[in-house]
Amino acid sequence: MIARLLAVLLFCALAASARAQTRFEELVPRLGAGFGPAAEAVQALGAQGDPRALPILRALSDGRLLRNAEGRVILDGRDAATGEAIPAEGASRINLNNRLRVVLRGAIGRLALSSPNAAERRAAADAVFRTRSAENVPLLEDALSNESIPEIRALMELALGASRLLVDDVTVQRAGIIVLGGAGTPEARALLLEARAAKPELAPDIDAAVATIDRRLAIRRAFETVFQGLSLGSVLLLAALGLAITFGVMGVINMAHGEMVMIGAYTTFMVQEALRHTAWAGWSLPLSVPAAFIVTALVGVVLERCLIRHLYGRPLETLLLTFGIGMMLQQAVRLIFGAQNREVLSPAWMQGTLLLPGGLPVTANRLWIIVFGLAVLAVTMLAIRFTRFGLEMRAVVQNRRIAATMGIRTGWVDAATFAFGSGLAGLAGVALSQIDNVSPNLGTGYIIDSFMVVVFGGVGSLVGTLVGALTLGLVNKLLEPYAGAVLAKVAVLVGIMLFIQRRPKGLFALKGRAAE
Amino acid sequence: MRRLIILGIALLLALLPALNLTGLGISDFVVTVVGKWLCYAILALSIDLAWGYAGILSLGHGAFFALGGYAMGMHLMRLIGPRGSYGHPVLPDFMVFLGYQELPWFWWGFQSFPFAMLMALLIPGALAFLVGYLAFRSRITGVYLSILTQALTYALMLAFFRNDMGLGGNNGFTDFKELLGLPLNTPLARALLFWASLAALCGCLWLGTSIARSKLGRVLVGVRDGEARLRFLGYDTLQHKLFVFVLSAMMAGIAGALYVPQVGIINPSEFSPGNSLEAVVWVAFGGRGTLVGAVLGAFTVNALKTWLTSVAPDVWLFVLGAVFVAVTLLLPRGLIGLLEKRR
Repeated sequence: MIARLLAVLLFCALAASARAQTRFEELVPRLGAGFGPAAEAVQALGAQGDPRALPILRALSDGRLLRNAEGRVILDGRDAATGEAIPAEGASRINLNNRLRVVLRGAIGRLALSSPNAAERRAAADAVFRTRSAENVPLLEDALSNESIPEIRALMELALGASRLLVDDVTVQRAGIIVLGGAGTPEARALLLEARAAKPELAPDIDAAVATIDRRLAIRRAFETVFQGLSLGSVLLLAALGLAITFGVMGVINMAHGEMVMIGAYTTFMVQEALRHTAWAGWSLPLSVPAAFIVTALVGVVLERCLIRHLYGRPLETLLLTFGIGMMLQQAVRLIFGAQNREVLSPAWMQGTLLLPGGLPVTANRLWIIVFGLAVLAVTMLAIRFTRFGLEMRAVVQNRRIAATMGIRTGWVDAATFAFGSGLAGLAGVALSQIDNVSPNLGTGYIIDSFMVVVFGGVGSLVGTLVGALTLGLVNKLLEPYAGAVLAKVAVLVGIMLFIQRRPKGLFALKGRAAE
Repeated sequence: MRRLIILGIALLLALLPALNLTGLGISDFVVTVVGKWLCYAILALSIDLAWGYAGILSLGHGAFFALGGYAMGMHLMRLIGPRGSYGHPVLPDFMVFLGYQELPWFWWGFQSFPFAMLMALLIPGALAFLVGYLAFRSRITGVYLSILTQALTYALMLAFFRNDMGLGGNNGFTDFKELLGLPLNTPLARALLFWASLAALCGCLWLGTSIARSKLGRVLVGVRDGEARLRFLGYDTLQHKLFVFVLSAMMAGIAGALYVPQVGIINPSEFSPGNSLEAVVWVAFGGRGTLVGAVLGAFTVNALKTWLTSVAPDVWLFVLGAVFVAVTLLLPRGLIGLLEKRR
């Protein structure tokens, strides 16, 4: 694909230079023949699209182009037209006036439009857009037909539409309006409104185009809000899933859950540091997923076996105990790693912005976190539904004593469940390391929101956790433009308190015997 | 017997500022710190009343404490008057800085001391009434209530951090000058505030003990141990719980109001959920459901904190965490339980 494109570009350049062969050598010396002829020459060179002219015009614009007594134009000790070496003695700088500068900017822009370098074409499209004139239209049409990078195409279309508005022909102007309407950006909208004031006869067309743009901008805004909401929701989902297991299934209030998330994030950092300078460096994030799960699950098992199992059936005491543990874990990490933020790098495939069809932008890392959150949820549900461990866990939840008489080792199930919930927190830590600062109090900011998710969604229901997390994320982001981030959060908390009035057991309450 | 011991300790404590005033070896620092602990003890007492007797574990009592503190802080800010660094006759410094033209309506009346004290009681009380009514009516109990109250104090913290609340934003209120015509940085003002806190603590202790001994106290213990049974016996548990919760919030408000002039600052970090949890641990450490134990716990843990944060600040959080663990696993009845077992 790219090779074919290059071939096309090369062919165009060759064809153009063959046609302009004679003219180029004639035009260059005229650059030094006074302001008037120079301006004409610059325009002619720009219109021809010969790539050789680009460095010469740039030199002229920077004041590096010289002219000697014979009237030859010199660039870097060589004749600019023929390339033969000539001494620069006695040569003087070619001066510019304002008209020449304007013409130069446009010509350089037009030449750069056909440059093989993508960054140069992008800058050129931008420059042409700013110095728009009717003469750019054929050039831009040409450049557009060769352009394949969507982002640059969009810029060129904008410039084309803007330039068409200046052509003295109503049908072309209408075409320009349609192009601008199709571009759908705030800049295009501003241009159209400007043109509307100047050309009242085109008002109906322009109004229609502006309406299209407004519609598209509204869609984009709505999409962005929804995307941000889903992204926040998936973060909450990840943080709350482990909680839903330990709180919902075991009735254990784990206030150290936030610290488990924090330990997961630090594990990610450790894996990254360990793999730095090795061949595996690019794989550190995927490798952190199992590593974080195992580390936090081990911490969970130790806590459960040593401390928490003595307090089953006394939720308030468990709450205080786990809060104390969380405090100690946080302080331990602070002493080991220091209080400052640690940096976890994103791999290349998680950076940047993807453009969905219709020009809707999504940031790659947020998208990955949504995918990751849903994947973790799916694996959790499958594990509970289809594995031996899941079966035993459900049995213990439903009736501990009968499960024990059936030969299930309830103590073992408790430990494994707690380890599983803690491991899920570790996974949340891996995801959070990509979008938040990895610091000892990373988890504290999420713990209360996660509890809200679990309470809202219904204790003991993973579907409830999913719906709760996404709802809270969306509502938060929907309210933010009106109320600001903090008030949105406060409003959500108040909303949950009121919601609990109607449904004290949450959205997806367990029914029947499982409820007690 | 026990009453005599408490009275003796109270009298001994009352001697501290007197010794400071007469220059007999008690430093200003000791008076301020012990004065602070007295306020914490009132807060612990209020938590114990709700948790130890009615089984309502509020993890948001710090919010009531801070609201009381803010009411007092607003009064103190109004008393600064034209002595602020911008010299505005009415507006506090931060309002001038934020470009306020006139005093917001919720600041009206705070120049009067009785009004401010009334608000320090009523605002926490009203909030507790609202939250308590909503929560108890839909029979939210146990850990759910704890999480809800924690979310409440968290939400308030976020709200108070905002500059456009008109309550000082994240800097809060500080740089107070005087209270009731007395400059705050004098030994006499410190002594009077100390005595006021001691008197408030004794008053709350007396009130709490009388409630605990009354029929109401018995009903509350019944609510704690078997709410459904009590309901079937015909008691309106909602009313009882609401009463004790509101009363407890008001006590916390008083504690906050006495705390602010002694430490000289109030800011939104007082609302942080960690503070409320720490206060719950004072109660648990001292012995819940005993009132005296809560006071004892507040003093012991805070004495430990003051000492450790100056000697080995890194270790303090480990010790506090260990207190959480020890008190739940090893000392379910707290220090009081330990003392009684000895006897």
